[in-house]
Amino acid sequence: MVRYFTRLRMRRIYKWGGRPYIFDRKLKSYGFEYLNMSVEGQEAVTTVTPGQYILIEGNDDEYPFVAKLLKFFGDESHKQKKALVQWFLRLSEVPQNKKLLLGRSPHPQEIFYYLGRACDNEINAESILGTVDVQHVPEDTPFPEPGTKDTLYVKLSWDTKAFNVLDPVLMQDTPASTPPKPALPLFPPCASPTATPVSRGPVRRALPTPDPTVMRRAGSVSDTRATMSAGKRSTLEAESIHSASKLSASKILSAKRRGSAADTPGVRKKLQLSIGASPGKKMTRADVLCELLDEEMESEKVISLKLSSSVSHSLQHGCSLSPMRSGCKTPNGQRRFPWKLSSISLDRLSPTALGEQDLSRATTPSRRKESAMAIRKPALGVLAEEDSEDSPMQPIALTPRSKRKSAQLVSLRIRKQLNLLDNTQELISDGDDDCFVPSKKDLQSSSDEEKTDSEEETRGRNCKTSVRTPCKTPSKKKDLQSSSDSEEETMVRKTRGRNGKASARTPCKTPSKKVTPSTPRHATPSIPSRTVPARQPGNILEEARARLHVSSVPESLPCREQEFQDIYNFVESKVMDGTGGCMYISGVPGTGKTATIHEVIRCLQHASDMDEIPTFRFIEINGMKMTDPHQAYVQILQKLTDQKVTADHAAALLEKRFSNPAPKKETTVLLVDELDLLWTRKQNVMYNLFDWPTRRHARLVVLTIANTMDLPERIMINRVASRLGLTRMSFQPYSFKQLQQIITSRLNKVKAFEEDALQLVSRKVAALSGDARRCLDICRRATEICEHSTSHPSSAGLVRMNHVMEALDEMFSSSYITAIRCASLQEQLFLRAVIAEFRRLGLEEATFQQVFVQHRALSRVEGLQPISVSEGLAVCQRLGACRLLLLEASRLDMLQRVRLNVSQDDVLYALKAVRD
Amino acid sequence: MSKRKVKETHMPVGECISQVQMILRERFCHQRLPEKPVGMESQHKHLLELLRRTAVHGESNSVLIVGPRGSGKTMLLNCVLRELLEVKDVNKNVLPVHLNGLLQTDDRIALKEITRQLNLENVVGDKVFGSFAENLAFLLEALKKGDRSSSRPVLFILDEFDLFAHHKNQTLLYNLLDVSQSAQAPVAVIGLTCRLDVLELLEKRVKSRFSHRQIHLLSSLSFIQYLDNVRSQLSLPQDFPDTNFYDEWNDDQSVVDVLQRHYNSSKDFRSLHLLLMLALSRVSASKPAIKPTDLLEASRVCMVDSKANILHGLSILELCLIIAMKHLNDIYEGEPFNFQMVHNEFKKFLQRKSHSIHNFDKPVVIKAFEHLQQLELIKSMDSSTAKIQKEYQLMKLLLDHSQIMEALQKYPQCPTDVKQWAIVPVLET
Repeated sequence: MVRYFTRLRMRRIYKWGGRPYIFDRKLKSYGFEYLNMSVEGQEAVTTVTPGQYILIEGNDDEYPFVAKLLKFFGDESHKQKKALVQWFLRLSEVPQNKKLLLGRSPHPQEIFYYLGRACDNEINAESILGTVDVQHVPEDTPFPEPGTKDTLYVKLSWDTKAFNVLDPVLMQDTPASTPPKPALPLFPPCASPTATPVSRGPVRRALPTPDPTVMRRAGSVSDTRATMSAGKRSTLEAESIHSASKLSASKILSAKRRGSAADTPGVRKKLQLSIGASPGKKMTRADVLCELLDEEMESEKVISLKLSSSVSHSLQHGCSLSPMRSGCKTPNGQRRFPWKLSSISLDRLSPTALGEQDLSRATTPSRRKESAMAIRKPALGVLAEEDSEDSPMQPIALTPRSKRKSAQLVSLRIRKQLNLLDNTQELISDGDDDCFVPSKKDLQSSSDEEKTDSEEETRGRNCKTSVRTPCKTPSKKKDLQSSSDSEEETMVRKTRGRNGKASARTPCKTPSKKVTPSTPRHATPSIPSRTVPARQPGNILEEARARLHVSSVPESLPCREQEFQDIYNFVESKVMDGTGGCMYISGVPGTGKTATIHEVIRCLQHASDMDEIPTFRFIEINGMKMTDPHQAYVQILQKLTDQKVTADHAAALLEKRFSNPAPKKETTVLLVDELDLLWTRKQNVMYNLFDWPTRRHARLVVLTIANTMDLPERIMINRVASRLGLTRMSFQPYSFKQLQQIITSRLNKVKAFEEDALQLVSRKVAALSGDARRCLDICRRATEICEHSTSHPSSAGLVRMNHVMEALDEMFSSSYITAIRCASLQEQLFLRAVIAEFRRLGLEEATFQQVFVQHRALSRVEGLQPISVSEGLAVCQRLGACRLLLLEASRLDMLQRVRLNVSQDDVLYALKAVRD
Repeated sequence: MSKRKVKETHMPVGECISQVQMILRERFCHQRLPEKPVGMESQHKHLLELLRRTAVHGESNSVLIVGPRGSGKTMLLNCVLRELLEVKDVNKNVLPVHLNGLLQTDDRIALKEITRQLNLENVVGDKVFGSFAENLAFLLEALKKGDRSSSRPVLFILDEFDLFAHHKNQTLLYNLLDVSQSAQAPVAVIGLTCRLDVLELLEKRVKSRFSHRQIHLLSSLSFIQYLDNVRSQLSLPQDFPDTNFYDEWNDDQSVVDVLQRHYNSSKDFRSLHLLLMLALSRVSASKPAIKPTDLLEASRVCMVDSKANILHGLSILELCLIIAMKHLNDIYEGEPFNFQMVHNEFKKFLQRKSHSIHNFDKPVVIKAFEHLQQLELIKSMDSSTAKIQKEYQLMKLLLDHSQIMEALQKYPQCPTDVKQWAIVPVLET
């Protein structure tokens, strides 16, 4: 990739090649056949045509992004150059914790077919660096020797959850030089936003069809049921967007919204519903269908009018949603073509479908595949319901409910604090949420197949498809509803869910598991492992102690429900909308700030594993865990991309990353602990941290934690404080009831404490600091005292009042008085001399010389042999070392000033007790 | 006094003496740990239990051992560690890391030292590579990677714990204590300090992460116990080869007095050991036992006032200047003086009272004055010395009147008029 590397340094010139054709009348965008790129000052011109594999400029100069080019388009002025791509991933782009899933060491030139939905597949054509060869390696054949540098190999696909074997069909090359097709007649006005790109053959072919339902409808126009449902679905979708975003109807905004909404899990599901139906619109080319489409659009309009403020959007929306992946994300809704591809796939499969058409509820694998393909998503209960009931309002009602369901889940989780994950698990798998969680694998593999198929399809078969598919539909639909299928899927889901649970729990605990293949030159940090495994707690007290240790991760966090809910909602909404934001959280130490956020992230990660929300990355930095505020950049970048660079460079890279519209961007949730330590004189670190989320393309959520409530006002300059915003939360110190609840929930029915003893501890701590850590430590100490107080550790009973009292005494009592009592006679005498001198002077300060005079007098009174000055100094220094006295530097010798570090009363009290 | 050697030996006396000296020196110089720490049984048990739990159960802990200097903090810890490492399961399973606040003066050095002692993978030979930030990240990553049951517990022993609290942001303490409070590799953070107010040095979030266990080592020995201790310190072990020494406590009043005085001054064993060491070094082949006089002499050496010794070595002129300063102090109630004032006072004495001392030139007096300054018997008060002429620099006397009077009494061949002057100042007429 060296050659691109060098090219980066020069200016590249891009020119459209071929004849532009009108692609979208409304948006005035054009499709183009190929792109000529040349480097300034050089003759050579590289021509890039759709179908070729290209390299795209990314964050990492050495490893640009790889993608397959699908289409070019641009605006009227030819200034804006865009392209649609199918992404490929390098292993380095796969999230750290998922890399292990590969199960083998990657080939250096290996890439993965990307099946996720999180990445925008529209890119700026000017970020194309050049072409590259990509070869598909069948699954069981080994990789070729890494000889040719410019060839990449693809074997597996990656769907953000797992590596799968890549269907070779997906990878079959379309001839790079497919002659562009003449422009098609334009669509009827109502469908205009969905105008198809004409650049490629398959594209058009795709038009007629995908949804068998609709096709069938085309055959029998009287059967409007499907149409209706299609309309409903798109409305539903519009509604969901509406509810999700709660934003104005302004065109661009809503279009954008739609894009992001397509990413959110709740909405995605609905999207998928509509996908099944939307192809109906694509059939527009067939005259028969025109009418039908109109009708459909009509109905859609009517409903969407009710729901969303702009009809055109919902219309556009319905169309744009059809691509099953994030194609619809583009703000101007130009991207139409993934659905073409998908429709074609039906052709390939249609023979089987035809054959099996009459079989109802066939459970053969091929059948299932088809069904998945036909509706794009596996049987969705909602869809089935809708279809059968045929009531227009239901889906609408369904959507918000289902949306809310995720929220309900959350609150349920909180309410039920205990057995949290298990509960959720059940809820999800039991409830009709089932329909929310399509088994992704199926989905994606099918869509991939569709895609490739589309590429190899010939035009001639086009009509065949349109004829064939319709008849397939009904049986397929039934298939979808068939219990056997859905059961199976539920099973799959359950197991996935469980896996998900496990992984959701671990991340914060064991990020260390990550392998860092990109930096092999660095040693792996690890502590040697022990030869004998740690012993497990033996008796009740030991068990209680283990549970009370601050480090033990509790099943739930009691007493922080409200805060949890607020933070959860904040982060969830940002992740769903794909926007950014800041939040400032304050509270004295030990009030559960960091723990609550970790809990939130754990829940969100769980939700994202369950496909309820889009995936996101969680990054944590701690101001205390870095040597310099600027190291924050380095750590963030390293956690994001695994690069190790200097602070300045990292700042620049991050700036670039967050301000440029990069492809493949998922929301990043950044937790900044101990924010106050990131303070610098210019405050540029804090400024950047709060400025990035405000960038349009950043998708960054920053959660900051510090101890003081007024930190923004106290240490931040205005422009920083203003960017931090007003989303603030403060964690109050725990009250004694809460502390008691925390201990009880931690102990979780291990009966080790007397009720009164617990209350004493929690009241004492609540009165002093409300620090939960302190509370737990005291309890732990009390169990130890209890254990030692009895002769046999096994016979130790409950922790009682007296044990707790002893522990409290140990931890809270000041040691000064004991220290004075234990001091030697001369030391005590010196302290008395100090007080006597203070009284004489009426000041709280005296020089050693003055005190020493008193000391001599006192020792004469006590009948002791007076000590020499050197000895006196030694005594004084000893007291100073214990900090009973505060001394000036000892080089001042006799002139050093002496102060008491304890109150005079305490000294007198202690000395009096000694004499008595 | 205490030890008399009864000889029924096959060894020559000289050899016996060297054996005895070897054994006792080892003891007094803290080269060998005592069998069992005395007078701190409960603390010993507490600490041992705590560390055992870390070693065996992988429970993270943090503890501070607080006590005045010489109270046996390190000794206690070392005893506990020795005992702990004797357990079979444990000795291969713990990684002790020793740090000292006086050696690791900042976090950068401390981190390198930790990494080196843990022998992590970025250690090559004996060197630790990488920047401060890298080292920190590496160590934290390593600790984070561990978990309670499978990784070896690390014992961080921070001697002079209070000095670590002065490091920038207390980064190291925060991180160590944070690890001890989270589910990472099991660690025990043991801090040794003599400052009673050490917790106040910790920043609030560092403090919150500390478990607030403090083990106080405050000796409450009575004098009887103290004497017992001296006895046991001087007695020879049972298995002393070849010769039979037996101990006989000589209840000589003078020895008890000496020890009582010593006890009054300080209860810690270091000063006692110092005293006994001095006495021990006087034992030789010709004088094979410690006598009370030895101890008295040793005590005298210990107690001696260092400044009185300096005063004995001064010339008459310098002594006169010091007396002049004393009078100035009396007149001006401790206000600082300058050379000119001292010189005037001195001249007054010469003119009115002196019989034995003749006049000195001013440069000679200045020289004497500077010598006193070099001996730090007088100290310049203001720091910006350069600007002011030498004669007018403000000075203060670092001697107590009693010291001056005592020195004059002992000064060999001190002229009587000088002595007289020291007692009665020259009065203005």
